[in-house]
Amino acid sequence: MHEVSIASEIIEIVRQNLPDGFDNKVKSVKLDLGEFTNIVPEALKFGFEVLTEGTELDGAQLIMNILPLKIECQICENVSLTEPGYFFCVKCGTDKVNIISGKEMKVVEIEIYD
Amino acid sequence: MSLITIEKKVLEANNSIADENRSKFKEKGIFSINLISSPGSGKTSLVEQTIIHLKDKMKIAVITGDIQTNLDAERIDKFGVPVVQIITNGGCHLDASLVRNAYKEIENEDIELLIIENVGNLVCPSEYDLGENHKICVMSVTEGDDKPLKYPLIFHHSEAFVINKIDLIPYLKCSLDEMRNNAVKVNPKLKVFSTSCYSCEGMDEWTKWLFHQCRM
Repeated sequence: MHEVSIASEIIEIVRQNLPDGFDNKVKSVKLDLGEFTNIVPEALKFGFEVLTEGTELDGAQLIMNILPLKIECQICENVSLTEPGYFFCVKCGTDKVNIISGKEMKVVEIEIYD
Repeated sequence: MSLITIEKKVLEANNSIADENRSKFKEKGIFSINLISSPGSGKTSLVEQTIIHLKDKMKIAVITGDIQTNLDAERIDKFGVPVVQIITNGGCHLDASLVRNAYKEIENEDIELLIIENVGNLVCPSEYDLGENHKICVMSVTEGDDKPLKYPLIFHHSEAFVINKIDLIPYLKCSLDEMRNNAVKVNPKLKVFSTSCYSCEGMDEWTKWLFHQCRM
C-alpha cells in the first residue's frame, strides 16, 4: 500500500509547480503511469483524495494515462507489446530486448483555475 | 484556466537522495545490497549466515527495517557487527532518506559490505532506490514456484535471487527448477542461488559471489 506515499510525492510535486501566491483550486493532475509498476490505480486515487482533502488540490481530478509494457529488440529492432515474464522478441526470438515503455511514473501537467 | 507542464518523475526526490547515498558509499569504499522479500522468507537468517561466512574476510554493517520492534537488530547485534534498526511505524518499505539517516549512525565505522534488510514486502520496496549497488530478491520454497511470475517487478530489478529454506523441499510440491525458470523468464540476467540457513547448504556459493561483487 505504498500508493499513499506515491500520492504524497505527487502532491508535493504539484505544490512546487504552482504559481507564486496561487490561492485557487487545482482542476486536474495528469500522470503517465506504466503498466509495469507496482501501482494500483484505484489505491493511488484513494490515497490522493484522502491526502488532498481541505487543500488547494481538494476535488482535483487525477488523470492517469496508463502506458503499456513495450519492448524493442536489440537485434532486429522490432517493437512489440508484451507481459512481464515474456521479455523476448516475438519476431526473432532473442531475449536481448529493451523496455521502451511501461515503467513510467511521472507528473506530466496540471490544470489550475486562474 | 491554465495548463502548467511539469514532466517530473514522481520518485525524483527519493532518487536524488539515493544518488547521494550511492556516492557517499562509493567514496567510503562501501558495497551495499538491498535485501527484499516477503515477510518470513528468512532474510534475517540469511543476514546472520552471511555474517558468519564473511566476517573474517571483510567488515560488515547492517541496516534493518521493520514496521515494529528492535528484534532483528538484537539478533544481528550478537554477531558483533554495527547494526541500525529502522522502525517504519507502519511504513511498508524503506526509502532513501530513511537509509541516509540510519547510515549517519554508523558513518564512522570501517565498512566494506553494507547489508540493508528491507521491510518484509515483495511489492512496495521494489519501486524505491535506496542507493544500493544491488537489489537482492529472497524467496523461500514454501512460497510456491510460481511467485516470480506473480511479482515480476522485483525480479526484474534484482541482480540476484536467493531461494531460501531449500531443506524443506522434501516436504513440499515446490520445484526448484520451476522457481528458477520462472525467475529467469522475468529477468534473464538474474543470478540464482539456492540456500538453507538451517543446513547451510548453498551458503558458500552465495557468500563467495557476494564477496567477489564487493571486491570487483
